[in-house]
Amino acid sequence: MFSFLHIAVPPAPVLFAQLLIGLINGSFYAMLSLGLAIIFGLLNIINFTHGAQYMLGAFCAWFLLTWLGIGYWPALIVAPIVVGALGIAIERLLLRHIARLDHLYGLLLTFGLALVIEGVFRQGFGASGLPYTIPSALQGGRNLGFMFLPIYRGWVIVASLGVCLTTWFVIERTRLGSFLRAATENPTLVQAFGIDVPRMVMLTYGAGVGLAALAGVLAAPIYQVSPLMGSNIIIVVFAVVVIGGMGSILGAIVSGFGLGLVEGMTKVFYPEASSTVIFVIMALVLLVKPAGLFGRAT
Amino acid sequence: MTLGSAKRRDLLIWTVALIGLALVAPYFLYPVFLMRALCLALFACAFNLLLGYVGLLSFGHAAFMGSAAYITAYTVKAWGLPPEIGILAGVAVAAVLGAAFGWLAIRRQGIYFAMITLALAQMVAFFALEAPFTGGEDGIQAVPRGHFLGFIDLDNTFTMYYFVLAIFLLGFAIIQRTVNSPFGQVIKAIRENEPRAISLGYRAERYKLQAFVLSAALAGLAGSTKALVLHLASLTDVDWTTSGSVVLMTLVGGVGTFLGPVVGAFVITTMENYLAQTGSWVTIIEGVIFVVCVLTFRRGIVGVLAPYLTSEREPEVAEPSAETS
Repeated sequence: MFSFLHIAVPPAPVLFAQLLIGLINGSFYAMLSLGLAIIFGLLNIINFTHGAQYMLGAFCAWFLLTWLGIGYWPALIVAPIVVGALGIAIERLLLRHIARLDHLYGLLLTFGLALVIEGVFRQGFGASGLPYTIPSALQGGRNLGFMFLPIYRGWVIVASLGVCLTTWFVIERTRLGSFLRAATENPTLVQAFGIDVPRMVMLTYGAGVGLAALAGVLAAPIYQVSPLMGSNIIIVVFAVVVIGGMGSILGAIVSGFGLGLVEGMTKVFYPEASSTVIFVIMALVLLVKPAGLFGRAT
Repeated sequence: MTLGSAKRRDLLIWTVALIGLALVAPYFLYPVFLMRALCLALFACAFNLLLGYVGLLSFGHAAFMGSAAYITAYTVKAWGLPPEIGILAGVAVAAVLGAAFGWLAIRRQGIYFAMITLALAQMVAFFALEAPFTGGEDGIQAVPRGHFLGFIDLDNTFTMYYFVLAIFLLGFAIIQRTVNSPFGQVIKAIRENEPRAISLGYRAERYKLQAFVLSAALAGLAGSTKALVLHLASLTDVDWTTSGSVVLMTLVGGVGTFLGPVVGAFVITTMENYLAQTGSWVTIIEGVIFVVCVLTFRRGIVGVLAPYLTSEREPEVAEPSAETS
């Protein structure tokens, strides 16, 4: 049982390779939990459809490439817009009607939507994955001396960091973001100041969903494009959100990357626990600091 | 507060009629289908005890049903224990798991509670996939039903049916009794207004945890029985889709009604039965039902029908003025 205590420190390349995988996973955790946190802040619902929308982003990129011949770079822009527009439709047609009810109904509604979306894609494409080739500009890799870095993976980490920091900047440092933060605190008062809060809610949901779709496009060349890719990751992201607490944007980013790294390290030192380590950490955090590492007590 | 005599009479009539129906049902319908539906109905009732009466949405109840199913299947098959001991072992493990998960999850409320239970249940699902005794993707198959108390042969389908019916009625009665007890009044008070219940001197967390453990144990009872009925404990039993499905059953039937989860379980199981050949259509239709229920049908089948089926006409919610005066 305590065999992991006797494992010698693995050779550096293995260690760095797992660190890299951890960072990649962490990039997706961070982007997805960021979207969840933004949506939760304003709409007060946990968007269970988030995983399905991440999957939709990946599929959108795949459709663009396979059916229309549109490549990776345009897909990075088009897919989030298309899926985000779909999100706006969902907010207008469905979520808006239950905004005044118990927040649990929002969870149930978005759960139902996730089932529908996932079921439709499973019916159409089966459960196996579809390959999406890495764009030519990002193929190959570079030897960094201590490890081999596939360029695409490096790009994903850089891109996701960029996306996260931009989102943080927009929310915390711009006028638009100040409206958003104010509406999160007190929507009625903000509306009284002449800001169209319902439209803001709609666009915020669209933006959060677009972020999930963007993560999906980035993920397409790494993981296979599969109808199940969303539900596999969303539960882990929920745990990440519980650990980080949803009070702060920076918290979501830091805990996303951090937990990805922890997961990668667990794979090196004690692989049996790698799929459950995040849930164990969640349990520990709940014991010590129930509001989450960066959360405020509610 | 006591039930009105007219309502009590109506309830008695309905109870007798439904039990009578359940007694003759296997002569008209496929018994294994009925047994499976009864197990899921008990599972849904256990879930409803939390959602309907304590106001806690657990999104990880499959963990309790599934772990009990695995324990019963393993003890009965590998150790050759009699079915009653196997079921007790399954229920005990589900209760212990429920105590641990409940202890962690009640630290947060509302949406967080749902997410935490979901994540903890996913841990159980990973464990079931990787642990040495659970059979991985295959699950534990060909579980023997054995002889109840040593002399009642459960391999006979009709005997097994009445055995399952008895277990279901036992579980149902426990829930009914719990909700109508002083304990039940306190958990309902916590659901309505937790700070107030605390200010009245009730330790809300302790009540919530007790209700959670009871719910987990009963979900385990359902899972253990189901493992014997179907000769199988599989990854489906611990999967998050099963947790979602029990939410759906309760929602369709009527949250916070006694018979709602039972009706919902039969409706959803019937639907799954008919659509089993159509691949992912089951998932799609379940999703659509979820959306429709949340948008337009939040009271559920029993919640809508109940006023017409009993002579009770007054609204369920007590008038606030009577409470504050």
